[in-house]
Amino acid sequence: MSSSALPANEGGSFSHFAAGGLDATHGVVLYLEDISVSFDGFQALSKLSLQIDVGELRCVIGPNGAGKTTMMDVITGKARADAGSAFFGQTIDLARLSEAEIAHAGIGRKFQKPTIFEQHSVFENLELAMKADKRVRKTLFSVLSSEQKDLISKYLETIRLQDSADRIAGLLSHGQKQWLEIGMLLVQEPKLLLLDEPVAGMSDEETERTAELFLSLAGQHSLVVVEHDMAFIEKIARKVTVLHEGSVLAEGPMSQVQNDPKVIEVYLGR
Amino acid sequence: MSRLYGPKGWLLIGLAGLLLLVVFPILSLKVPSDSTFHLSQYWVTLIGKIMCFAIVAIAMDLIWGYTGILSLGHGLFFALGGYAMGMYLMRQIGREGQYQSELPDFMVFLDWKELPWHWWNTDQFWWAALLVVLVPGLLALVFGFFAFRSRVKGVYFSIITQALTFAAMLLFFRNATGFGGNNGFTDFKRILGLPITTPETRMILFVSTGIFLVGTLLIARWIVTSKFGRVLTAIRDAETRVAFCGYNTVYYKLAIFTFSAVLCGIAGALYVPQVGIINPSEMSPANSIEIAIWVAVGGRGTLAGAIVGAGLVNYGKSYFTQAFPEYWLFALGLIFILVTLFLPRGVLGLLSRTKAK
Repeated sequence: MSSSALPANEGGSFSHFAAGGLDATHGVVLYLEDISVSFDGFQALSKLSLQIDVGELRCVIGPNGAGKTTMMDVITGKARADAGSAFFGQTIDLARLSEAEIAHAGIGRKFQKPTIFEQHSVFENLELAMKADKRVRKTLFSVLSSEQKDLISKYLETIRLQDSADRIAGLLSHGQKQWLEIGMLLVQEPKLLLLDEPVAGMSDEETERTAELFLSLAGQHSLVVVEHDMAFIEKIARKVTVLHEGSVLAEGPMSQVQNDPKVIEVYLGR
Repeated sequence: MSRLYGPKGWLLIGLAGLLLLVVFPILSLKVPSDSTFHLSQYWVTLIGKIMCFAIVAIAMDLIWGYTGILSLGHGLFFALGGYAMGMYLMRQIGREGQYQSELPDFMVFLDWKELPWHWWNTDQFWWAALLVVLVPGLLALVFGFFAFRSRVKGVYFSIITQALTFAAMLLFFRNATGFGGNNGFTDFKRILGLPITTPETRMILFVSTGIFLVGTLLIARWIVTSKFGRVLTAIRDAETRVAFCGYNTVYYKLAIFTFSAVLCGIAGALYVPQVGIINPSEMSPANSIEIAIWVAVGGRGTLAGAIVGAGLVNYGKSYFTQAFPEYWLFALGLIFILVTLFLPRGVLGLLSRTKAK
C-alpha cells in the first residue's frame, strides 16, 4: 500500500487506493508530527503536531498568521513540509502524494474564498466533484447513471440548493456558494473534511444551518474546521486546538481553552 | 446528458454541408465559366484556405476558449502538418522538376546525392498522412508534458510556445535542415497521381477539407459537451479546485493540447496542396498570434465563433491585402484592440446579445 509503489504521475490512476485505502485501525484518521514549513525565512509552521480521530469534529482557531491555512496546505499537498511527517490513517504518507491523489485518498478541502466552477451549473459542479474514475479516457466517455443522479439530488437537498440545480453557480449568493463548495466536498465522499472559514459571509440563519450540518456530518466523517467566528465555534466545538506562531498553543474542550491564560493573552483577550 | 446540437444547429450544419459538398462543386465544375453563377478558381482556393484556417481556429478554441490555455505556437503544428504533406508532394513531382532528378530540385541545387534520412518513405501517401498526425501530435505531447508538469501557466505558456515556433522557424530556414530553406516547397505537380492544378482535383481537395471541417466541428462539440469538456472549462475557471476534486489536470491539459495540435497538422496538410506552397514563414510568431485573433473575433468558447472569426478575418485579409496591402497589419491590430475592448465575447456574443434584447 505504500505510495512509492506508484510510478510518479501514472496517468492519474489511483488504483492503489481502491483496495480499502485508508487504514484507520487505531482510531486516528490524521497524524501530523513535528511539521515545520518556512517560506522565504518566515516560519509558517514550527514543529506542529496534531491528531484527528475518526469521526471527530475539531475546531482550529488562532490569530492571523498562526499557520492555519499552511497546515491545510501541507495536509492537501499544496505545500510541502520541510520537516516532520503527515500521515492519513496508518499508512498513507501525504508528503509523497499529489493534490489529486490526496483528494482521491479521501481528503476534501474547502478554501477560505469559495472556489466553485462559476460557469457551470450547480448540478454540474456536483457532477464534476462526485467520486468517480477521474482519468481522462473514463471522463471523456462518462455517462451519469441514475444512481449517480440520485446521489447528486440527495446532496443538493443536503445543501438546500435543489431548486437551483440548473442555475449557473456564479449567480449564487456568497453563502450559497459556500454551501455548494461544501456539497462538492461531500459528494466526493471523503473520510476527512478540511473546512477553511466555512461560514465567512453567511447570514445568521445560514450560519445556524451550517452548524447543524457539521454536527450531523461528524461521526460519519472527520472534520477539521478553521474559523474566526467564535459564536459559530462555540456552537459546534467539542475539542478546540489553538494555533499560535506555527505550533499548538493549547488543546482541549472549548471551556477549558477559553480560560487558558496563554490563549487569552494571544488571541481571545484582544 | 446534453445533446450535440438542437434542431436549429443541425439545420445550419446540414445547410453548410450541402453548400460545401454539393452546391459549390456544381457551381465550380458544371456551370459554364462565363455564367454569373460560376464559382471561379479564385473563390475555390480562398474558401478552401479559409476552411483550413477554420479547423485551426476550432483547435485553438478548444485549448484557449475552453481550457484557458493561450498557445501562441499553433502555427507551428499547422506548418508541420503542411511540411509533412509537402514532402509527399515533392516526391510526387518525380523527374518532372527543373533538374529532372529523382531528388527534389532544392537538393540537386545543394548538390546532395541522396535523400536525407527524414525523407524516408515520403513517396508513400499513407506514410505522409501518418507524419501529418504524428509529428505535431508527438511534439505537442512531449512539449506539453514538460510545460504542464512544471506548472507553466498563463502568459508564460504563451511565451514559450511563441519561442518554440520561432525556434522552429529558424531551424527550417536553414538549408541544411533539408526542407528547402527559406523557399520551402512549391511547384507541386500531382497528388495521389492526379494533376494538382485541374479544377477537378482542386474540387476534391475542397470537398475533403469541407468534410474535415464539419467532422472537426462535430468531434469538438462532442468533446466540449462531455464530462471531459466540463473538466476542461473547470480547469479554465478554477484549476486548484479541479485538482482538489481528484483530477490530475496535467493529463487533461495534455490530452486537449495534443488533440488540438493534431487538428492543426491535418489542417496544414489540407492547406498546402490547395495553395501550392509551404515555407518557414508559416511558422512566424505573427501567424500564431493571428490564429488567436480569429478566435477572439468570432467569440471564445463557442466553436461556431471560431469558424466565423476565421472566415471574417481571412476574408478581410484577402480583401485588404489587394486593396491596401501595406495597411493590413494595422487593420488586424485595430480589429484585435476593438474586439478586446468592445466585444469580449466576439461576434457571436454580439449576435446573442442582440437576440436577447
